[in-house]
Amino acid sequence: MDWLYVLMPISGVTIFWPGLVILGIGVGIIGGFFGMGGAWMVTPGLNILGFPMAFAIGTDIAHMAGKSLISTMRHGRFGNVDYRLGVIMIIGTVAGFEIGAQMIMWLERIGKVDMIVRWMYVILLILIAWMVFADIAKKRKKEKELRAKGEDVDKLATGIEWHKTFHKLKIPPMVHFKAAGFTCSAWLPIFISFATGWLAGILGIGGGLIRMPALIYFIGCPTHIAVGTDLFEVAISGLYGAATYTYKGRTELVAAVIMLCGAAMGAQVGTVATKYIKGYGIRIAFGIAVVGCCISVIMKLIPKYVAGTQVVMDIASTTLILGLVAALSLYILVKMVQGAKQEVAAKKGRA
Amino acid sequence: MYKLWTKLAGLAAAAALVLPGVALAAGEKASLLVIVADTRKLTGWEAWFANLYNESHIYFTIVTVVAIPIIGVILGVLADLVMSHIGIDLKSRELSEH
Repeated sequence: MDWLYVLMPISGVTIFWPGLVILGIGVGIIGGFFGMGGAWMVTPGLNILGFPMAFAIGTDIAHMAGKSLISTMRHGRFGNVDYRLGVIMIIGTVAGFEIGAQMIMWLERIGKVDMIVRWMYVILLILIAWMVFADIAKKRKKEKELRAKGEDVDKLATGIEWHKTFHKLKIPPMVHFKAAGFTCSAWLPIFISFATGWLAGILGIGGGLIRMPALIYFIGCPTHIAVGTDLFEVAISGLYGAATYTYKGRTELVAAVIMLCGAAMGAQVGTVATKYIKGYGIRIAFGIAVVGCCISVIMKLIPKYVAGTQVVMDIASTTLILGLVAALSLYILVKMVQGAKQEVAAKKGRA
Repeated sequence: MYKLWTKLAGLAAAAALVLPGVALAAGEKASLLVIVADTRKLTGWEAWFANLYNESHIYFTIVTVVAIPIIGVILGVLADLVMSHIGIDLKSRELSEH
């Protein structure tokens, strides 16, 4: 069974390559569907496969850049990417990320920064989950009221509409975003991307998890456009991140390429599934992913307060994340297959 | 005289124990340490690749940053070809909300 293992030329470890492909498929599906890199899912997976931690982050980012590029290509053909919005947001993201990263280095000198960052992450995830589920509840309430009045329910209606208030700010230059379908001050996406980039820099994450809901709730992107545009950003920032980590000698390109083979197929499945799962279906699944991520971060915090729980919590949080990846990937795959079957059957029916 | 030699020997021993720590503290962080790939067991492209890593991180970075998008595009196009055989419309979708 030696053929199932491949030697990583840089780190010198032998890795079970089908595991890398499976991990790539899972993260590709979820990334293509939600519009995020998914570093929080890949790192524990790589760890389990026996990957040295020194190389895990760099390898993950390198694979993330390639995977996001594949997803962006597919989303772009669906018209889900607003390139103008993406380019404007990159300016804010890069500036915010660099300032956040510098700030965290400054905070490190004070000490205890790790705990502060983890608690900040938990609070942020709770806020995102609240925002998503409050939005879903508000939409359902609106629909219920309309049905009670005997009026038609607008399929394109949304719950939380904070973006409408932000769009009233007419600070020049005003920019029209064709794919996203709205006009707003260029300062709005710059400011929001700066804030999300700053948070990502402080928390040491890619930022897709924060940027995707920010694009929906603060900038006013339809869910599909938020997913596609966010992936466009992840592809570019991921390439920059890959260059940084590789220059520090922390990337195992062979592993990244093996993962990309799985991610190429997974990203297609995840992206095509957005065709069949409507905007609010994506938001609900995203909310569940955020809750799972939040619980795993809390599990990693417990050993700091309760002695002797380190091993149990490490195993539990890794199991939770990998279980979540498997369950969400399976859900997305099943929905994609069902949708494709219906579309093919409808096509045959028309012919 | 014996006491002086004892003190000097004690100080030398303490210095021997403390100095590496001082030297390490004055040096770079552990995260900035250089990792060297072991090329002894490698042959062919693997040896070339590991040597490239050992000799120049700049060239290694350039190769990685160029390879990732190229491989991504190739795999993306191949996956596209597979998906196009399913028979679904891969160029448009229904508007879902606002």
